[in-house]
Amino acid sequence: MFDPDILARIQFAFTISFHIIFPSFTIGLASFLFVLEALWLRTRDDAYLALYKFWLKIFALAFGMGVVSGIVMSYQFGTNWGPFSEFTGGVLGPLMAYEVLSAFFLEAGFLGIMLFGLNRVGPKLHFTATTMVAIGTLFSAFWILSANSWMQTPTGHIIENGRAVVQSWWDVVFNPSFPYRLVHMVLAAFLTTALVVGAVGAWHLLRDRENRAARIMFSMAMWMAAIVAPVQIVAGDMHGLNTLEYQPAKVAAMEGHFETQNGAPLILFGWPDMAAEETKYAVEIPKLGSMILTHDWDGRITGLKDFAPEDRPNATIVFWTFRIMVGLGLLMALLGIASLFARWRKSLYSCRWLHRFALIMGPSGFIAILAGWFTTEIGRQPWVVYGLMRTSEAGSPVAPAAIAGSLAAFVIVYTIVFGVGTAYIIRAMNRDPRFAHSPKGEVLRAGSRPVSDPTIPQAGE
Amino acid sequence: MDYQLIWALLIAVAVFAYVTLDGFDLGIGILFPFIKDPAKRGRMMNTVAPVWDGNETWLVLGGGGLYAAFPLAYSLLMTAFYIPVLTMLLALVFRGVAFEFRFKSRDHQKHWDFAFSAGSIIAAAMQGAMLGAFIEGIAVENAKFVGGPFDWLSPFSVFCASAVVVGYALLGTGWLIMKMEGNFQGRLRGLAKPAVIWMAANLGVVSLMTSYIHPAYAARWFDMPNLFFLAPIPIVTAGLLFWLWHAVKHREKTVFGITLGIFFLCYAGFGITLYPNIVPPMIDFRTAAAPDNSLSFMLVGAAILIPIILAYTAYAYWVFRGKVGDEGYH
Repeated sequence: MFDPDILARIQFAFTISFHIIFPSFTIGLASFLFVLEALWLRTRDDAYLALYKFWLKIFALAFGMGVVSGIVMSYQFGTNWGPFSEFTGGVLGPLMAYEVLSAFFLEAGFLGIMLFGLNRVGPKLHFTATTMVAIGTLFSAFWILSANSWMQTPTGHIIENGRAVVQSWWDVVFNPSFPYRLVHMVLAAFLTTALVVGAVGAWHLLRDRENRAARIMFSMAMWMAAIVAPVQIVAGDMHGLNTLEYQPAKVAAMEGHFETQNGAPLILFGWPDMAAEETKYAVEIPKLGSMILTHDWDGRITGLKDFAPEDRPNATIVFWTFRIMVGLGLLMALLGIASLFARWRKSLYSCRWLHRFALIMGPSGFIAILAGWFTTEIGRQPWVVYGLMRTSEAGSPVAPAAIAGSLAAFVIVYTIVFGVGTAYIIRAMNRDPRFAHSPKGEVLRAGSRPVSDPTIPQAGE
Repeated sequence: MDYQLIWALLIAVAVFAYVTLDGFDLGIGILFPFIKDPAKRGRMMNTVAPVWDGNETWLVLGGGGLYAAFPLAYSLLMTAFYIPVLTMLLALVFRGVAFEFRFKSRDHQKHWDFAFSAGSIIAAAMQGAMLGAFIEGIAVENAKFVGGPFDWLSPFSVFCASAVVVGYALLGTGWLIMKMEGNFQGRLRGLAKPAVIWMAANLGVVSLMTSYIHPAYAARWFDMPNLFFLAPIPIVTAGLLFWLWHAVKHREKTVFGITLGIFFLCYAGFGITLYPNIVPPMIDFRTAAAPDNSLSFMLVGAAILIPIILAYTAYAYWVFRGKVGDEGYH
């Protein structure tokens, strides 16, 4: 258990899993806030402003937790993965530097105005700030997914003196898996956020189906679910076909295929046993696996046995994480379809089983995202940079006791901090969104200074 | 173009921007033990609530930039500073979330005040200790770290930690004197006086000790003609400390400015001592640099984006300029 490589991997997996929850929520939420504020400016309907303020409080909490857990990531490459940093610094470093310069500063620079500045700068400039934060989250996704994709499908480089040197920046940034991964992840972020918004809307509708703010957010969220969930299934399929082309071992593990065969079955459930080199208790549909992966009933599918044992990812894990993701994705699409049906029946705001379904699906996006990332990251093993550097060669020479200690510290601190933060978020969600904005006080947050009050001297005067 | 030198300077600038900008944010947390009133604490936090996130982003640029431009230095330093880096990051987690949590909490405001304060103090102390350990040098053989996990801890690094903590506290005081009025401002002035003395003493000790650590460091400062050219740095620093002592009593905006000046001169002195090493005592920045095509690719982005960043950062500060009252933003 005190193998330093395993400890360092657990620490990285733990910290990045905690981290990714927050950006995947804030990417979607920033765009949602952008839409809400645009609708408010267009219609001047205070219901949109109330919703904006309701979700802004939640955004502030989630964004803060994303920032502090993200800074940890930017240093952990060096603390725990020094040889990896030396090998990839010239390639991945600039992508991350671009992320900092084009995204992090943009988000942080305008976040203060977005959170606290409505009364100071006025609605138009405030909307600009919201827009900049939303754009920043998407820029961030662009660069970090480019960097991750290069680790999955490295192109555009040569190896010189034991480190990767770039030959074509275009080929590095737009490496083969990047477009698919970017689309899949950004859609996942939007879908995850829509499911959270839908669940919160459903929660308030279950209490009071006349709640107008709840109706608006529930309806918007269900449109997103109905449109994005099916699109995401198509995008995921295309991403999978790209993976089959560049990382066939990963797909073999995901599918639980050990033997290379023509007309391979689709294994619905089973227990891939790495030692026995077979998937036990398999429940399968003949030939469907080949059909899905090659779009041909008799297509040839490579199995794990075609790869040397030391080059195989752990099929037991990725087989199941992949199924969790896909299963949840299908449920999301079902929710979207159900909402369309209810809308057609004019019962979107009164259909209680739909509201309960949406409520239960609230956290499903986060679980699906984590399961998806577990699939692609564990499926990339034993490589940290696919085909170029093994994970076992990438670790820093740190004393195992130091890693064990830091891992324990991370588990304790993250559990406390993010546990409490999540509790605050849930509490904020539980408030009635209709009262997030009181037209008289014209305040962005409770206790803020009303701009129109002439008795209080204004800052800067 | 000498990309390696440009990036060494750019990262030095980013680190300095972090030290001064997050310095006064952290300084506010360091002052918390001396200010007990929850309302005043809320006001203090609110002076930086809209800007702290941008300030902390310079830390990400410093780390990310080092990874990108000098991967070998990044790898060696982070490995050598494993414990202080991760301790600092965890402290910054507590400090950062406290900005939001403090105002959301009903029953646990005190706990988040403590998290904010302890997080600020520990983060500052770890930064100071790393500065000291950096000056003392890292045990490297064949481009691999060969030291132990506690190499960074020494009497000298403890002195440096103390200097950074009190320096940040002074930056925070200077910032708050600008942002506060009346009795509370007077209270801050009272806190600043012992801090100035403490910092002066600390700087003296750290400077003298530095010249004993390595003959090359002493030679850099005391050999002719360097002595002649570099003497103004300690002399002007001493002059600024005297000025600060007086400004603390009467001035409103100069306290912050003078403290910034002292930070700049100390930082410059630190750079002069160590140049050209990026992992003292052996590895210079050219040895650690990434390939030129990586540096030039990043430089294009930096040249376009950094001026834009400075512009909208300045705008954000301008929006939230002036005194901060009890109402705050939360």
